[in-house]
Amino acid sequence: MLLKGDEREMKVEAVHKPAAAKLRLAKKKVKGTNDNNLAGYIFISPWLLGFLLLTAWPIIQSFYLSFTEYSLLEAPTWTGTDNYANIFSSDNDFKTSLKVTFLFVLFSVPLKLFFSLMVAMLLNKSLKGMNLYRTAIYFPSLIGGSIAVSALWRNMFNLNGYFNHVLAWFGIEGVGWITNPHTSLGTLILLNTWQFGSTMVIFLAGLKQIPNELYESASVDGASKVRKFFHITLPMLSPVMFFNLVLGIIGSFQMFTSAFIITQGGPINSTYMYALFLYDKAFKHYQMGYASALAWILLVIVALMTAINFLVSRYWVFYETDGGKQK
Amino acid sequence: MNKTLRNNPVTRHLLLIVFSLLMLYPVIWWVGASLKTTAEMSSPSIWPSTPMWENYTKGWQFSPEFTFGRFFGNTLLMEFWNVLGGVLTSAIVAYGFARLNFKFRGALFSILLLTMMLPGQVTIVPQYILYNKLQLMDSYIPLVLPHFFGGGAFFIFLLVQFIRGIPRELDEAAKIDGASVYGIFFRIVLPLIKPSLVTVAIFTFIWSWDDFFAQMLYLNSVGKFTVGLALRMYVDQFEIQWGRLLAMSLLSVLPSVVLFFFAQKHFVEGIATTGLKG
Repeated sequence: MLLKGDEREMKVEAVHKPAAAKLRLAKKKVKGTNDNNLAGYIFISPWLLGFLLLTAWPIIQSFYLSFTEYSLLEAPTWTGTDNYANIFSSDNDFKTSLKVTFLFVLFSVPLKLFFSLMVAMLLNKSLKGMNLYRTAIYFPSLIGGSIAVSALWRNMFNLNGYFNHVLAWFGIEGVGWITNPHTSLGTLILLNTWQFGSTMVIFLAGLKQIPNELYESASVDGASKVRKFFHITLPMLSPVMFFNLVLGIIGSFQMFTSAFIITQGGPINSTYMYALFLYDKAFKHYQMGYASALAWILLVIVALMTAINFLVSRYWVFYETDGGKQK
Repeated sequence: MNKTLRNNPVTRHLLLIVFSLLMLYPVIWWVGASLKTTAEMSSPSIWPSTPMWENYTKGWQFSPEFTFGRFFGNTLLMEFWNVLGGVLTSAIVAYGFARLNFKFRGALFSILLLTMMLPGQVTIVPQYILYNKLQLMDSYIPLVLPHFFGGGAFFIFLLVQFIRGIPRELDEAAKIDGASVYGIFFRIVLPLIKPSLVTVAIFTFIWSWDDFFAQMLYLNSVGKFTVGLALRMYVDQFEIQWGRLLAMSLLSVLPSVVLFFFAQKHFVEGIATTGLKG
């Protein structure tokens, strides 16, 4: 990939050679730093406008609403910290959904990381027909969180669904995977793991950037494959791993569509994900204040998890700029 | 011996074929099931005894009033605006961040990156209230508008990384020739970032197609439904007609799949340019 970029630059330079040469003479010209103020803001104005209108203002408003009772029909009434007090003291759905969500994150994130790394390593070779393999493997992720896949999953894991027929060949008697509270969350985790494509593509991009010389010199030293994996691939890939881990955790905390379509949070709330709970409060019961408080709790949890990730990362994430020391 | 075996392309092909089949198995089953009767749905064979093409023809006729043609049309229209907005504005914003010095640029760029980690739940309630107040419910505006605000932090970030890779000498040469920052953007940067704009377009298309949550929140009348919402109506029926549901579901993922197959090169490269170094 790096090579591609270089090639591009070279091509560009070749095309514009006279211009580039002319420039080198004048390059030392002092660059104004502030004369671009107006132009800069004009260019970023679409984002800035959207950020203020659809992100910054809503964040402030959501914080305010979390201290109110608001049903959309009447003006919000200030209730102080009542929402938070209720959530933490007496809301069993809150506890359930938090537990379910943590379980989901705990299993689905590592599983997905593991599979996507393994597959990325398998795909990181130039082979004939690689495009076809890549499409096949990426396919489940492509159709992602769509209704279509949720419908498919719901059918396959029924009591009479296809999955149980496969099990029957091996003499295993299946259960109604989706209707059984002990296995329902598992089916969602499996679905999530099946869709490891985006994570895998990011690993793949990372793998392609590990310089081949590292492996070559390790081979000269007689290092085994396993040793190379643990001493070259993993450390070199750790920033990408970190990126995938952080985004994976954040994304998993917000999982919604499949729980909404496949299990509707059931049975007995066994898949009542936090995002689903929040949706019910906001758009089913129109308790906008309460839902806003829930959103802020989610924000704090996600921020804490991310902060912990960043703190721990200094012990295992290896950056080349550290001076190139190999762990 | 062991080493040669593992590096053998044949072994690798075999591994990949087995793994691809494993990944695609549910999909293969899906194709077969879309041609089955409800009674046959739970039978162990992949292929139905007699294919029920009816699932497709009857499924397509969603209701006496609407066919899936309408829903595909609606979704594609929405996609057109989403992709247009995303491609147009993400390039403009990215150029600003990548090339121009202005006050608070660093701080604003950090904020941009932070918004990528913000759970959508925090902003969804006030946004809903806002659109409600502006009487934009049951319209495509809440779905399309965000794409005209830079197309999303991820795309801006992606393009910023890409633009940073373009030699600055080109900008400066154009400057000497009398080009303004706007001229540089239109005549130098924009043509060079075309490949990443394709990436932006593809990602926008696929993600918007699957963005069921927003569609559900903002669209109410059946005539305006997207494909996803129409499918949900099938799921919500008391007696689910699985054959039709699976048939239409399969059709619904086709556009993204076709797009991916022909443009997959841009996927990996697009992500590689974010400079996530390994």
